[in-house]
Amino acid sequence: MKPHRRRKLYFLLFLLLSSGGAIALTLMALTENINLFYSPAEIVSGVAPVNKRIRAGGMVLEDSIFRSESDLEVRFIVTDLQGSEFTIFYTGILPDLFREGQGVVARGALNEDGDFLAEEVLAKHDENYMPPEVMDVIDQAHGDLQK
Amino acid sequence: MKRMVNRKQKTEPGGCALKMGNFFHRLGSPRPFYELSGVVLPVAGVLTLISLVVGSIWALGFAPPDYQQGESVRIMYIHVPSAIVAQSSYMMMGIAGVIFLIWRIKIADIALQCAAPIGASLTFLALVTGAIWGKPTWGAWWVWDARLTSTLVLFFLFIGVIVLRSAKDGSEAVGRATAMLAVVGLVNLPIIKFSVDWWFTLHQPSSFSLTESPSMPAEMWLPLLVMVIGFYLFFFFTWMYRVRTEILKREHRSQWVRSIDDV
Repeated sequence: MKPHRRRKLYFLLFLLLSSGGAIALTLMALTENINLFYSPAEIVSGVAPVNKRIRAGGMVLEDSIFRSESDLEVRFIVTDLQGSEFTIFYTGILPDLFREGQGVVARGALNEDGDFLAEEVLAKHDENYMPPEVMDVIDQAHGDLQK
Repeated sequence: MKRMVNRKQKTEPGGCALKMGNFFHRLGSPRPFYELSGVVLPVAGVLTLISLVVGSIWALGFAPPDYQQGESVRIMYIHVPSAIVAQSSYMMMGIAGVIFLIWRIKIADIALQCAAPIGASLTFLALVTGAIWGKPTWGAWWVWDARLTSTLVLFFLFIGVIVLRSAKDGSEAVGRATAMLAVVGLVNLPIIKFSVDWWFTLHQPSSFSLTESPSMPAEMWLPLLVMVIGFYLFFFFTWMYRVRTEILKREHRSQWVRSIDDV
């Protein structure tokens, strides 16, 4: 490679590395804001601020959904499956994918009692795709095992 | 001046290796590229048509629904290929930018310029299909999570390249500035790719990786693969078409372009 081209190559590498470095540092400084939600462990341990609009996420605990008889109020427990869990209160229509064992992200505020009052509940989809028939077969196999 | 350079290359002596290098070198200049691409273009067009038609019918008509998302899973067959090819086209633009800045190869500038509008359209398609899928699945059209935001940044980078390159004075200086922007924007690609692993995002992690088997049955990923190939071919076809047009535009004064007009 000719010297003046080599110089340009080095310049471009320098440009890429320095802009990459600058952006990496910025992103690291902003990590708190880039994470879309606080995990159950962060909610329980008090890392998440109280009475401030935040997002909280986790898995909906099995058999923890209680719906009101008269209106759209719903209460459920969100867990990280590692011992940290908290309760979310929400009034409104839940997304199609909302169900027990499903990941959710809720927007709202944490009160002093450690309960989360949600204004919006989003269902998080995972990376697994399956035809319904396959899921039925898997469910059946589970049922057979439990018998 | 350009014609003189061409003539010099033709008379260069050398062995097989040199001839190979010569081949690529010649491809870097407009005329040989135009001639070769004229042969490749119809083939690419036919392949694009076949794979997109087969892929669409397979994906929209015969692939199974998902156990959770139901029929809306079919949006994936447009969303995923457009997002993949959009990122690849940015990668290509960045590499073209590097080549143009270091070696001053004209065709690299043209390649960069012609890829930008296609990449922007594909990114837009990925954003729109993602929003349409997100509403029923997540419960929101848009969320400011890392994956979605970095993809929006990709869209703005494409727009930036288009706007900069179309600056009134379309000189080489403008081309260099555009190439510089394209190169710096490469930093965004790993951010898009790894955003779902580095941060908590609403967007799910990738269902595919090089090391593990896909978390999706073959009757879903096979049509998806056909669609991805189809989108790549579509990009290649439209890109080459644009490059040829741009070559004619830039070289309209030269002898060989005029002789085409005569035919």
